[in-house]
Amino acid sequence: MKQAFLNYYDITPVTTWIHETLCSVMPEGLAIFLESLAVGVIVLLMYAILAIILIYMERKVCAAFQCRIGPNRVGGKGGLLQVPADVIKILTKEIIHLKRADQLLYALAPFLVILASILTFSCLPWNNGAEILHMNIGILFVLAASSIGILGILLAGWSSNSKYTMIGAVRSGAMLISYELSIGITVLTMVMLSGTMDIQQIVYNQADGWNIFKGHIPAILAFVIYLIAGNAEANRGPFDLAEAEQELTAGYHTEYSGIHFGFFYLAEYLNLFITSGIAATLFLGGWMPLHIPGLDGFNAVMDYIPGIVWFLGKTFFVVFLLMWIKWTFPRLRIDQVLTLEWKYLMPLSLIVLVIMTACVVFGLVF
Amino acid sequence: MDIKEKISAIYPDASFSEQGDLLAIIPAEHFREVAEKLRYDNEDPMDYLRDIVGMDWGESLGTIYYLESSRSYNRIALKTFTTDRDNAYLPSVCDLWKTAEIKEREVFDFFGIRFLGNPDMRRLYLRENWIGFPLRKDYDMNSNPLDMENEENADITDEYYLNPDGTIADKKNIIFNQKDFVVNIGPQHPSTHGVLRMRTSLDGETINKIDPICGYIHRGIEKMNESLTYPQTLALTDRLDYLSAHQNRHALCMCIEKAAGIEISERAQYIRTIMDELQRIDSHLLFYSCLVMDMGGLTPFFYGFREREMILDIFEETTGGRLIQNYNMIGGVQADIHPTFQNKVKAFIKHLRSVIKDYHDIFTDNVIAINRLKGIGILSKEDAISLGTTGGTGRASGWSNDVRKHHPYALYDKVDFKEIVYNEGDSFARYMVRMDEIMESCHIIEQLIDNIPEGEFKVKTKPILRIPEGTYSSAVESSRGEFGVFLESKGDKVPYRLHYRSTGLPLVHAMDTVCRGNKIADLIAIGGSLDFVIPDIDR
Repeated sequence: MKQAFLNYYDITPVTTWIHETLCSVMPEGLAIFLESLAVGVIVLLMYAILAIILIYMERKVCAAFQCRIGPNRVGGKGGLLQVPADVIKILTKEIIHLKRADQLLYALAPFLVILASILTFSCLPWNNGAEILHMNIGILFVLAASSIGILGILLAGWSSNSKYTMIGAVRSGAMLISYELSIGITVLTMVMLSGTMDIQQIVYNQADGWNIFKGHIPAILAFVIYLIAGNAEANRGPFDLAEAEQELTAGYHTEYSGIHFGFFYLAEYLNLFITSGIAATLFLGGWMPLHIPGLDGFNAVMDYIPGIVWFLGKTFFVVFLLMWIKWTFPRLRIDQVLTLEWKYLMPLSLIVLVIMTACVVFGLVF
Repeated sequence: MDIKEKISAIYPDASFSEQGDLLAIIPAEHFREVAEKLRYDNEDPMDYLRDIVGMDWGESLGTIYYLESSRSYNRIALKTFTTDRDNAYLPSVCDLWKTAEIKEREVFDFFGIRFLGNPDMRRLYLRENWIGFPLRKDYDMNSNPLDMENEENADITDEYYLNPDGTIADKKNIIFNQKDFVVNIGPQHPSTHGVLRMRTSLDGETINKIDPICGYIHRGIEKMNESLTYPQTLALTDRLDYLSAHQNRHALCMCIEKAAGIEISERAQYIRTIMDELQRIDSHLLFYSCLVMDMGGLTPFFYGFREREMILDIFEETTGGRLIQNYNMIGGVQADIHPTFQNKVKAFIKHLRSVIKDYHDIFTDNVIAINRLKGIGILSKEDAISLGTTGGTGRASGWSNDVRKHHPYALYDKVDFKEIVYNEGDSFARYMVRMDEIMESCHIIEQLIDNIPEGEFKVKTKPILRIPEGTYSSAVESSRGEFGVFLESKGDKVPYRLHYRSTGLPLVHAMDTVCRGNKIADLIAIGGSLDFVIPDIDR
C-alpha cells in the first residue's frame, strides 16, 4: 500500500521547527509553556469560531427545511453578522443571581459543562500531527471527559432550586447515562476493529480504507447506533427532553442568563460538533482522504486536499445529518427514550459488538 | 312523549315560558328530582348539559340549565331560582353532569349562588379575595379597587351540603396536599396557548392531578355587554375565541336576528357559511401547527402557517381584518365580498388539497408522532358527553355532536358534508378529526363558492334595536365546539344578560380527567390535541 500521502499531510515538521526555533532563544521549559499557551488560545478561538459557524449553519439549515430564508438582515445579504451580533448581545447581558439557589454549584455548573466540552474537543484529530491531547487511550479519555458534562447539567438543574430545572436535570441525567452505554459499546466495536484506543492510531489504520467500509455490515450498524445515541448525548431533537421548550420552558438552564446561559448554549453546539467529529474519526476515516481502490488518478487528486478539510468536511456532513433529523422529527417522551435505549439500542449494539469481534477474529473484515 | 308532558309528569306544577326559548320553570326544592329524571330517562336521556347560565332577576337569583339529548338531539331549558339573595343556595347537579363542576363555580363567582353538593366552591375567574359578585344587578362597581398584591391560591376549598334536618353545613376539601410536588404549568408558558395556568401535581413524570386556574385574561365581557346596545355587543365576540371570530359573531347575529325577527338575504347566508368554513380551516391549520410544535416538531409548524397566511390574506381583502374581522352584522355582513374573492378561495382550496399530503407525510405517518399520540389521553364517550367537550374532541370519542348536522343553521342543511366521527377517543383521533374536517370544509366551500346568488348582502336595520322580552339562544359549530349565545331581554335596547357558552372551558376542565396517569410530556400533547383558546374561556 502506497502511503506517501501521509507524509504530505504531516504538519509535524512545522511544529518541530517552531519548537526548535523557540528553544534556540529560550530555555525549553519556557518554550513549552509558551507553546501550550498558544495552543490553548487556538483551541478556545476555534471553539468560539466553530460555535458561530454551527449556529449560523443551524439557522440556515432549519430555515431551508421550514421554507424560510433564515437570517438575512444583519451583515449583508446572507445575515452573516447575525450570530456575532447575538454573541455580543449575550456577552453584555446581565448575569442574574438567584436568591435561593445554591450559589457555588449554581455558578460552577456552566463551567463544568464547558470544561467537558473543551476537553473532548481537544482530543479530535484535526490533521496528521495536529492532535492536541494525544494519549494511547484517547478514546477512553473522550468518553470519560464527556461524562463531566452530565454532572454540570445535573448540578445546574438541581442548584437552581426550581421545579422545571429539576425535572429537566433528572430527565437528562437518566437519558445521558443510558445512552452512554450505547456510545461506549459502539466505540468499543470500532476499537475492536482498529485494535487500538489511540485516536491518531485509529485514523492511521484507516489509510487503506475507512472503517465503515472495512467493517462493512457491523460497522454500518454501529455507525447508525452511534448517530442515534450521539444525538441523544448532544441533547438534540428528537432527544432534547432535558430542555423541552414546550414542556419545561428551557429545562435545566431555565434560570441561567447572560454568558452563563451562553456556556450551555455553546456547549450544546460544540457537543454536536464533537459527536460528529468522533463519528467522522471512528467511522469515516478522520482526516484520511477518500480512496477508491483501482482509481489511481482519482486517489491522487483526493490526496491534494489537506487533511483538515477532509476532517471538517466529514464532520459537517455528519452535523448536517443530525440537523436534518432534528428538524424533521417531533420529540420523544422520556419513557420512550429510555425504552428505545434499554430495549433496542443497547442489546443491538452488544450484538453488533459480538459480530464485529467474530468478524475480526475470523478475518472477515477488509 | 313531548318534553313538556314529560316534565309535567315528573313535576305537575312546572310552568312553561315560551318567550323565545321553551323554558320549564321549576322551584329549587323540586329541581333535583326533575333534573335526575330527565338525565336518566330510559328512551331519551338529557345527558349533555350545554350550559348553565346564572341570572339575576332582581327579586330572585337563579340559573337556567340548557340540556340536550345525545340521542335525539332534543333540547330543553330548565330554570330554577332562589329568592334569598344573601344566602343563595341551589342544589348542585355536578353528579349528573360532570361539566357542572366548573360551570357552577362560574355561576358562584359571578352571582354568589352556592351549590349544595359541589365539592369545589372556589371562585373560577376572579381573585379569591374579591368582594361581591359582579354580575348581580346591585353590585357596586367601586367595591374592588386595583389590587397589586400577589394572589395566593388556596389549597383547601369549601363544600356546602344539606343536612338531613334541612340545615346547611360546610366542610373542607383538600385540593393539594403539603407533600404534593405541584408544578405550575403557566400562566406564562409556551404551550398553554395563552395565559392559562394548570397547577399540576406530579409523581416523578407522572401526572396525579391537574387544577386549572382560569381568569388571567378575564375581561368581564358579559358584564360589559349589559351596558352596550345590540350592535355594539358584536365587537366583543371576535375577541372571545379569536380563531373562531366569524363563527362567534355569526352566533350572536343569529340570536339577535331570531329575537328581533330579522330575515337575512340568501347572499348573506352564503357569505357567512363560506366565511365560517374558511375560519374553520384557518383554525384547524393553526391547530396542526401548534400541536406539532407542542410535540417538538418545529418544521411542520411553518407548513400550517404558510397555508393559514393565504386564508388571512383572503379575509383581509374582503373584511379588512386578518385575525379579528368584524364582518358579520345584524342583518347580514359588513361589506360585499371582494371581486377576486371567489377566484382566490378556489385557488386556495386547490393549493391546500395539493399540499395536505406533505402534512401527513411529515407528521401523521411519523413513527414518533404515532407513538406519542395513539392510545394516549383517552376520553371515553360517556365522559365526553358528561364533560360537555363538544367539537372535534367529542367527535373523536364517538359522540356525534356537530351542531351543523343536528341543528342546522345558515346553509348547512343545503350542503352535503360528512360529520367526522372517530371512536378511539385518544389524541390521535382528536388530531385526525381536525385534519379530516379541513377536507370537509373545503368540500362545503366548493359547493357554495360558485353559486353565491345576487342580492343584498345586508338588510337595513335600525341602529338601535329593541328586542322583545324573553330568553333567546342560538348555537353554532365553531372551530372547537358548540359556541352558544344565551340572551335575556327585558325589551330594552341593551341586553339584560348576554351569556356565551365557552367552547374551551369544558376542554380545560376535561384536562384533569384525560391527563391523569399520563406523563408530563403528554399533558402538553393532550392539551394541544384538545385545542382550547384561552380568551374564550376567561371571557
